[in-house]
Amino acid sequence: MTRHFPHDWQSANVSRIPYPLYTDEDVYRRELEAIFYGPHWSYVGLSCEISGPGDYKETSIGERSVIMVRDPDGSINVVENHCAHRGVKFCQERFGTVKSFICPYHQWNYNLKGDLTGLPFRRGFKGQGGMPADFDTKQHGLTKLHVAEHNGVVFATFSADTPPLLDYIGPKILEWFERTFDGRELTLLGYSRQRIPGNWKLMQENIKDPYHPGLLHTWFVTFGLWRADQSSRMIMDEHGRHAAMVSAKNAGGGGEVTQNVSSFKADMALNDDRMLDIVPEEWWKGPTVVMTTIFPSLILQQQVNSVSTRQIQPRGPGKFDFVWTHFGFKDDTPEMTRRRLRQANLFGPAGFVSADDGEVIEFSQQGFEQDPANETYAELGGTDVADTEHMVTETLIRGMYGYYRKVMDL
Amino acid sequence: MIDPSVRFAIEQLYAAYTSALDNGRFDDWPDFFIEDGRYVLIPRENHDRGLPLATMSLESRGMMKDRVYGVINTLFHAPYYQRHILGPMRIEEDGDALLVEANYVVFRTKRNEMSEVFNTGRYIDRIVNTDDGLRFAEKLCVFDSEMIPNSIIYPI
Repeated sequence: MTRHFPHDWQSANVSRIPYPLYTDEDVYRRELEAIFYGPHWSYVGLSCEISGPGDYKETSIGERSVIMVRDPDGSINVVENHCAHRGVKFCQERFGTVKSFICPYHQWNYNLKGDLTGLPFRRGFKGQGGMPADFDTKQHGLTKLHVAEHNGVVFATFSADTPPLLDYIGPKILEWFERTFDGRELTLLGYSRQRIPGNWKLMQENIKDPYHPGLLHTWFVTFGLWRADQSSRMIMDEHGRHAAMVSAKNAGGGGEVTQNVSSFKADMALNDDRMLDIVPEEWWKGPTVVMTTIFPSLILQQQVNSVSTRQIQPRGPGKFDFVWTHFGFKDDTPEMTRRRLRQANLFGPAGFVSADDGEVIEFSQQGFEQDPANETYAELGGTDVADTEHMVTETLIRGMYGYYRKVMDL
Repeated sequence: MIDPSVRFAIEQLYAAYTSALDNGRFDDWPDFFIEDGRYVLIPRENHDRGLPLATMSLESRGMMKDRVYGVINTLFHAPYYQRHILGPMRIEEDGDALLVEANYVVFRTKRNEMSEVFNTGRYIDRIVNTDDGLRFAEKLCVFDSEMIPNSIIYPI
């Protein structure tokens, strides 16, 4: 085994994670290659974001800018955003509608599949100059990614070795994916973007950590939305890389689980309770909260009536961009749309129960950077990796690091 | 032509508003609004495309009080100062209401750190006269800042 970072992963288990895994530049470069540009599907967007022919969206996989575009034939292409000629990142807008991609520098022209269709002075001018006689446009297209869409959610991968999307997600997690995305038409509500000064893995960990919501997110506890004793399930795919935290809120109030929680305050009420005007929807089939992590870049949120995708775009070992896409469903009533938008106050960069996630991730990163010889301790519920029927566990974090260790060969 | 006394009263309102926010008097914040006043903090991207999602969207003084409760009692965050700088106000009359548009920059200063541009954009506000003086019926903060530097805790 090669030493990829200045700290050997000595522990036999994956419940102790060395701090340099969050801070080291070499580790990070290897993650980009092995994970983001390797045999994994990364989220690029929702099909409803590019509904018409030529509609495109610019986004990132790892640090590489890519363009998701609706082909005239109705399919979705994903191409890398740099010209085959001199490397120009030709698309500088995030959304738009085009007939073709044209690089502004020398006007190389590509169709929406990424094939080079034309370039000026290919045959020179008055017999002088021009491209070599054997110039083959087929050899000079844009980098084309493999694309898979499932029920309105679009993924792409640079690697030809990535298994088919549904196999990649796996049957256990697909069940929860399809609970939200069952083929219904989606409607776009809007975006939130934040840059979080922490390692990208911390956001995956955050949504694989059912220990913290009832403690950090005082708001949840204060207003009865989350308690450690509510019925919960922690579910992983066979590799431990994806997970679903499934939970149903119960009646609330005091009792054993709130005794040691300093944040719990009985009898707190909102001045305007429209913020928590929760109306159960048939498709929930019971659970009020399902948070799904699809390794490496995607989090799917259903928190009562608020649904969103959250995309992780790493920007170096110490920071990542976090992009929220809130949506609804075509058959939502205006009241339901308003409800989803109101409950969106709980989530995002200013959210009552999300702003503090970004903050603690920043503090974690600060701790890692100051003491590289140390390691984290994730042994709530033991050191093993297994699904549970409760939330007093860090099993999902261990599951992810078990997979991570294999992929990274650490 | 807006009466200079009206302009002066509006400037006083904004000065009092930013003073309350920049000096941490958050309990005073809802009182700058009428009872069913609206406060919306929204990325320019969503605003320009007609997408309704806002970073913060509050529809009453009650919701604003709930936000203040969250800011003070439940939201865990690194402490910071914020400082608003406002540009000249464009004022129009609309019946009994006043429409005001003004550019703003908010600087953030965290402990042991340099001051940084935190959020910049424009206010698009609707102001009405009440028995207690001028109050916001609607305050729309449309921000250019493409990336929120981690989080926004306090109102803008």
